[in-house]
Amino acid sequence: MKILAIDTSNRPLSVAVMDDDHLLAETTMTTHRKHAEFLMPVIEDLVKKAALSPNDLDRVVVAGGPGSYTGIRMATTAAKTIAATLSIDLTMVSSLLTLCLNVSMPVGLINPIFDARNENIFTGLYRFDNQGKLVSVIEDQHTNLTDWLTQLKQYTEKITIIGDTDAFEAKMRSALPNRLVVADQLADIPSAARLGIYGRNITPVANVDSVVPRYLRLTKAEADWKKSHPNEDTQNYVEKI
Amino acid sequence: MKSVSRDLILSFESSCDETSVAVIENGDTILSNVVATQIKSHQRFGGVVPEVASRHHIEQITSCIKDALTQAEVDYDDLSAVAVTYGPGLVGALLIGITAAKAVAWAHQLPLIPVNHLAGHIYAAQLVAPIEFPAMALVVSGGHTELVYMPVENKFEIIGETRDDAAGEAYDKIGRVLGINYPAGKPVDELAHRGQDTFNFPRAMDHDDNFDFSFSGLKSAFINTVHHADQIHEQLNKADLAASFQQAVIDVLSDKTVRALREFPVKQLILAGGVAANKGLRDRLTHDIQRFTNTKLELVPLSLCGDNAAMIGAAGEMLYRHDVRADARLNADPGLEFEWLKQPQQN
Ligand SMILES: [Zn+2]
Repeated sequence: MKILAIDTSNRPLSVAVMDDDHLLAETTMTTHRKHAEFLMPVIEDLVKKAALSPNDLDRVVVAGGPGSYTGIRMATTAAKTIAATLSIDLTMVSSLLTLCLNVSMPVGLINPIFDARNENIFTGLYRFDNQGKLVSVIEDQHTNLTDWLTQLKQYTEKITIIGDTDAFEAKMRSALPNRLVVADQLADIPSAARLGIYGRNITPVANVDSVVPRYLRLTKAEADWKKSHPNEDTQNYVEKI
Repeated sequence: MKSVSRDLILSFESSCDETSVAVIENGDTILSNVVATQIKSHQRFGGVVPEVASRHHIEQITSCIKDALTQAEVDYDDLSAVAVTYGPGLVGALLIGITAAKAVAWAHQLPLIPVNHLAGHIYAAQLVAPIEFPAMALVVSGGHTELVYMPVENKFEIIGETRDDAAGEAYDKIGRVLGINYPAGKPVDELAHRGQDTFNFPRAMDHDDNFDFSFSGLKSAFINTVHHADQIHEQLNKADLAASFQQAVIDVLSDKTVRALREFPVKQLILAGGVAANKGLRDRLTHDIQRFTNTKLELVPLSLCGDNAAMIGAAGEMLYRHDVRADARLNADPGLEFEWLKQPQQN
């Protein structure tokens, strides 16, 4: 199975072309934020370097969020359009879970964190089960550090934090004494190759056209609207004319 | 059915609040023009919210592609190129169409054509009759008010533009004061036809020696008039207010256009953009053009005045013939503009 895997959820861009579990080509970079400009050229380049043509692909695997809104939209738009236009499978994977795939020798629980500014974070809690399978312990969410620490305190195991950890490490360490492990710096960068391997065994989405990024957060305008219109139907705001 | 002379362009438009994909044959025939409009969504907020717009575009984009191909009864193998709006517009919204267009172009190894949204509005005229050069276009919409001179094909030169609000933007703002939700253009136009120009609002820059527009003074005069009446508990006639506002807008737009036609004699005047659907403006230009015996007026049909991908395909085909291409790096250019016409005598 030829797989194209894409992650542009945050500042890093990572794209890989896989043949089953075998890596053919991968590019990962952190030096720019212009995913709009770089994503398609990188895809084009890697597929060519893997000596494949777009038609050879069988599946697209995308880290579909949470993350930067523009970042997850770029990856998801490219992924769903490529899958739709080539009539191939699309698999969506959590961007937080994708980061957990970097932890090769897990100790207890894994806590990926994306900085959502102003003490807010996108986060979730994971562990590898007895079969070595990554499972969700607390579901991905948008929250603030204080509330998140309260949730983490229900567990007694060691917790490996990964991702945007610098800004939160000190506070987390004092809230969770002797339980915090900080993953190495390279593990903070998503690897599309690992995403591709993981996504190969995940059931593809049933309807590619309806795929949207996992924002995990309403826009401010919509949140305010919902508050003032609690019973309003939130479907069918877009019509084909 | 594929013939050698048949150019098929798959085109994308997502610069504001419509997701649209079209298939255009030979630059002048619409095979399909799928438009998914978000108006109902943004009406909740009284105007377009950019992040909400971006989110809707991604919901719609691939189903619009499928519908466009199905309705046109063509397959990817039949296509000659992919065209896409890359500016001006909302950056996050533009990026959905651009990313999708780049993905389709790459997946099927098709050339990619970058299209200026305003060139698209003008080229909606090409879907009715061939544009004859030199030509002039008055492009009026919620985001733009421009006079564009086209000496030859694929040369667009701004000779005048709004210094503040776009005409359509002024309609939305005074609409709010009249209790009319966005988009207010059509209801204000209808209301205006039931009233009289009794308020005599200012015609800003109407007699200035340039082709520029200004609508913020008119908007302020309108709002002040209504607020003053509110304070003294006087009830103003809404139809007369709308008629007075609309008459001021139309006077300035048509006076400047007439002056531009005198200085730049053209074979064709094109009225394009969302506000080109305004009945008052269409009537007035139809009347004014009679003075210019060598100039034909081309009113873009109502169904193609708003944002749509058919017009992007029409402009895209022209650019395709002129060998304009983009590569996979194509990015959004939210402030994209035509060049200004160099006019040494005005410096
Ligand atoms: Zn427009």
